[in-house]
Amino acid sequence: MALYADSLALNLLRKNFNISNDDNKPIIALAGNPNTGKSTIFNGLTGLRQHTGNWPGKTVGRAEGYFKYKEEEFLIIDLPGTYSLLANSTEELIARDFICFARPDLTLVVADATNLERNLNLVLQVLELSTNTILVLNLLDEARRKGIKIDVKKLEACLQVPVIPAVAREGLGLEEIKKTCYQISKEKIKIKGFKITYSREIEEKIEELIPLLKRKLPFLQKRINWRWLALRLLEGDKTILVSINTYYPIYQERVNIFQKGEVQLDGFNQVWLK
Amino acid sequence: MLLSDLKIQEKAEIKAIRVSGRQGRRLLDLGFIPGTIIKAIRKSPLGDPVAYRIKGTVLALRKEETDLIEIRRIE
Repeated sequence: MALYADSLALNLLRKNFNISNDDNKPIIALAGNPNTGKSTIFNGLTGLRQHTGNWPGKTVGRAEGYFKYKEEEFLIIDLPGTYSLLANSTEELIARDFICFARPDLTLVVADATNLERNLNLVLQVLELSTNTILVLNLLDEARRKGIKIDVKKLEACLQVPVIPAVAREGLGLEEIKKTCYQISKEKIKIKGFKITYSREIEEKIEELIPLLKRKLPFLQKRINWRWLALRLLEGDKTILVSINTYYPIYQERVNIFQKGEVQLDGFNQVWLK
Repeated sequence: MLLSDLKIQEKAEIKAIRVSGRQGRRLLDLGFIPGTIIKAIRKSPLGDPVAYRIKGTVLALRKEETDLIEIRRIE
């Protein structure tokens, strides 16, 4: 019963993102840097079973579609192409809020195999937010032409997520993607997901902050990744508070105490300066 | 030395990003990370912004941003 109420509440929340999913299909978010062939993969997976429009209230295009593997049907949402999930632009805000609040069952991150280092930034950010992630290494043919060799097994071991090589233009890897989504939805594969450990100083602050957040924002229990929220606040990112207010408007008063900088702990950004 | 001092075709290693918060985070997301090698590729007609090759991509930055990035020139 509690489970039922929970899925009802989640469906209601997902309506904010124009998703009606009354028959509870697994929802897959498709993320990736710009120009990684994300849309090619999307088209390859869904074929003509898709429709396009805008994100609610934003002039950012969006596409959603369906694909089937065995008896299971999946709803897949194409997120805007971004380098980051840290809400520097409308596109990033949409991608972040979707993964954070609509909580897709699975996130596919498409990476450009010719430029993996740059692409892994987003992969790590997605992993920090949600464990159920698959990495799709696209443009593998071009990488090969450039003499780039990628040790997929090792990458899988490092990131602790499934890594699927693909050449979406030729349809290579698409079946493997579908199959892996299916196996995860049926809990035949359990994803561990690599998590970044920060310096002792930051980890201590996270430990301090999480109980405070849980106490002050109990309505987010099981609805948000506490560690991720703590990290955003330590970073001084107030856009996350604005988003919480958008999706949980009745709790504004509780959220706004964090606006006042009560938890502003200096020094986080300094770590990067060395 | 700052990135804004780097001449076209010169290479440098990024030493530090002198800004925190969202602007600093943005630069890091775009690949301007301490230790990375960067090369100035070309200038726009008015001299600003300047295009740089970094981590396999060309990105253009304005002087406001390049003044925030500390570098060490490499031969």
